[in-house]
Amino acid sequence: MSKMAVETFHIGPFEFTSRLFVGTGKYATLELMRDALAASGCQVVTVAVRRERLMDKSGRNILDFIDPRRYTLLPNTAGCFSADEAVRTARLGRELLEGLENPGAAWVKLEVLGDKKTLLPDPLGTLEALKVLKAEGFTVLCYTSDDPVMAMRLKAAGADSVMPAGSPIGSGQGVLNPWAIRIILEQLKAGDENYPVIVDAGVGTASDVTVAMELGADGVLLNTGVAGAKDPLKMAAAMKLAVEAGYLARRAGRIPRKLYATASSPLDGVIGVKE
Amino acid sequence: MRIMVNGQWQQQNDGLNVAVLLEKLSLEPRRVAVELNKQLLPRARYAQTALAEDDQLEIVTLVGGG
Repeated sequence: MSKMAVETFHIGPFEFTSRLFVGTGKYATLELMRDALAASGCQVVTVAVRRERLMDKSGRNILDFIDPRRYTLLPNTAGCFSADEAVRTARLGRELLEGLENPGAAWVKLEVLGDKKTLLPDPLGTLEALKVLKAEGFTVLCYTSDDPVMAMRLKAAGADSVMPAGSPIGSGQGVLNPWAIRIILEQLKAGDENYPVIVDAGVGTASDVTVAMELGADGVLLNTGVAGAKDPLKMAAAMKLAVEAGYLARRAGRIPRKLYATASSPLDGVIGVKE
Repeated sequence: MRIMVNGQWQQQNDGLNVAVLLEKLSLEPRRVAVELNKQLLPRARYAQTALAEDDQLEIVTLVGGG
């Protein structure tokens, strides 16, 4: 890609050039996951923390397929339904990444869910866990809904990045409420334009990513959109281009929408017209 | 003695320490993290942490997720 697209951005002490964060769940095979991550050009990959299976271990560990020197791992607290579970999971994730000597030990994607069917976030639990994790020195990226007031509260409580959902996790519905995302971006970035806002969840295809970036998001985090595509490698490559396209278009500045047409070719000098 | 590991009770020798438990379970310490009675147990303390009756452990690793 052109040099124009490569511009660093920061989340707490972290610095990246790729604005695409990719999850590692739900791929048909670990080999496919490894290759999709490479095709996406991402520098950050999310991982979950789960109980070790003590019986019938397959012997294959995800860490054999993610190079911890190439990627910064972002441990999540996915599946936690209380602040307490999320905080404990974050501590375990930090311990795991310290053992791997991966820089991701310093941060966490905080997710406290409120409902098993919709997987929508629990805003009160998220806020409670955020405060504990900040006091323990974590860089915290907060998954939340597209509620602008909640986003403000999370930033005020110390969130290093707010990550509003485009639509429910894994739904593939894209950015359902671009107006709410715009308000979040405007309010969180007021007087603080480099404050990182990442659209997380709901991405179905490349155009969803481009929409999020055109709205002014600093990045997009996705998983199912790639892992669940018929050809995850092609979709990963498409997502890479979509992030760059949306980012460049945002910086280029789109034309205003108008109700009526404006000709691109001169109206004067058309043949057969009597002057 | 009886201890709970990842939600399941099991019998182990009295005084077993966490480092030996991981070895018995064929787990590589670098790839797991351990919580003892809901408190994180840093890996540097595995060898010196003897388990007691009714202790509850969570032994976790990284898996795919979004």
